[in-house]
Amino acid sequence: MNIYVLVKRTFDTEEKIVVSGGKIQEDGAEFIINPYDEYAIEEAIQVRDAHGGEVTVLTIGGEEAEKQLRTALAMGADKAVLINTEDDLDEMDQFTAAQILADYLKDKNPDLILAGNVAIDGGSGQVGPRVADLLDINYVTTITKLEINGSQVSIVRDVEGDSEVLETSLPLLVTAQQGLNEPRYPSLPGIMKAKKKPLAEVELDDLDIDEDDVEAKTETIEIYLPPKKEAGRVLQGDLSNQVEELVQLLRTEAKVI
Amino acid sequence: MTKKVIVLGEAREGTLRNVSFEAIAAAKNIAGSGEVVAVLIGDSVQSLGNEMVHYGADRVVTVEHPHLKSYTSDGFSQAFMAVIENESPDALVFGHTALGKDLSPKIASKLQSGLISDVTDIEGEGDGAVFVRPIFSGKAFEKVKIKDGIVFVTIRPNNIAPLEIDTTRSGDISSVAVEITNLRTIIKEVVRKSSEGVDLSEAKVVIAGGRGVKSEDGFNPLKELANVLGGAVGASRGACDADYCDYSLQIGQTGKVVTPDLYIAAGISGAIQHLAGMSNSKIIVAINKDPEANIFKVADYGIVGDLFEVIPMLTEEFKKVKVN
Repeated sequence: MNIYVLVKRTFDTEEKIVVSGGKIQEDGAEFIINPYDEYAIEEAIQVRDAHGGEVTVLTIGGEEAEKQLRTALAMGADKAVLINTEDDLDEMDQFTAAQILADYLKDKNPDLILAGNVAIDGGSGQVGPRVADLLDINYVTTITKLEINGSQVSIVRDVEGDSEVLETSLPLLVTAQQGLNEPRYPSLPGIMKAKKKPLAEVELDDLDIDEDDVEAKTETIEIYLPPKKEAGRVLQGDLSNQVEELVQLLRTEAKVI
Repeated sequence: MTKKVIVLGEAREGTLRNVSFEAIAAAKNIAGSGEVVAVLIGDSVQSLGNEMVHYGADRVVTVEHPHLKSYTSDGFSQAFMAVIENESPDALVFGHTALGKDLSPKIASKLQSGLISDVTDIEGEGDGAVFVRPIFSGKAFEKVKIKDGIVFVTIRPNNIAPLEIDTTRSGDISSVAVEITNLRTIIKEVVRKSSEGVDLSEAKVVIAGGRGVKSEDGFNPLKELANVLGGAVGASRGACDADYCDYSLQIGQTGKVVTPDLYIAAGISGAIQHLAGMSNSKIIVAINKDPEANIFKVADYGIVGDLFEVIPMLTEEFKKVKVN
């Protein structure tokens, strides 16, 4: 089976966000594989181990994203591809990313494409379904269970807490929700092996993409931090008085009840 | 320039969701003096049209077909694209719900358009409209606009106030006949796991428990309080990982992002990943035994104490107040 995983390099979930000069400050920040993409990688490896084939992890970004691709290879992916847009694109939105990914994938005949259901940085959750639409294949988002039998696919997906059980077929794009699996940590032998696995780098020129054709449709005009919350009030006194006071405050001061 | 804005209304078990009314308010903002057209898709949605008008839609277009009983991206995109072809709108507004998140990228792809997801506020109107959305799970915000082409946004539930309901308003309700073919997904079954009644992502009040609830039964006092307040119960990752509750309740960076009017955190320490899922709530109440717990830093009001003592007392106090 020909399996692709769309991966994004994101800030570590522990990172504090600092804005300076209208941009998110990246210096000194820790970067990770987007946590939802880790579920996608793990699932891809499990599907390959059960059905055979090859797992290719694919990302768009700069040179520094190689680190996350190596981590995916160390987890067990077979190949990695970095579409390096550093020199070609200043601004990119979900339209841009999906056009580039779909253009790369269009002649690769993927049976299964996996992605995270959302990236924890931009948080739009658009790129997976957009890529599927551009490739004219079906997609299912926020999946928590995947079973493949020949070309038939049984899926359970999370719909705001409820579970939807559905059937579809390959080729297919799915986006991973928490609960799909427990992503493995790269083992030491895995890390050693990953160093020798193929990591290809392509640029927009190699894909015959004209920058103007993938120009972002949206524009970010400002980035800012939410107003700092003033320290709240920790109530004092007898516990029953505190409870009474809290209910009063919620009714008269905060007016939320 | 007057704009025509299409709103996709969304029903859950035969009832329109609040976010549909919020989407109408957002659409009015974008339309300026233009027209807001509500679209309803399903096997039987005609009867819901009037309510969309009462909340401010100028008219309603329905697409009904037996194959649209359950949502599928194939079915709903065929229905919606048929309406777009008839109407040629300038802007589209969906709710940022499971359905909206799943469908909107496909529509945007078909229209070759931009899409601004998870909008929490709109500044300005008409062509000047700028959309505010959280990034990094609410640790920062960005203001985004569409450079050119159709304006397409999904709005986060509970953030944009709906218009006052006016049951005297009337508007045309028409239908479009669409051939629905080649559905590649077949829905077999929906297993309800979410707590009865109130939807966590749309709840005005959320009572969330952390490791401090200690067991599955430990959630019971939280459920009672939620019942009294008409709210929903949520949880931290810690509580889910410890198997005290289902992952469907998880609030945080992974999990749900909620912005209720009132968020009561019981026995939750306040890890940065949890804060990412709830820190934009309007009022936060923290109840924790540990006065040093991080959650108190984001709380508006805090009580240092045992949740098993405090929560039942709160429930009783709210009951008293409600009676009066």
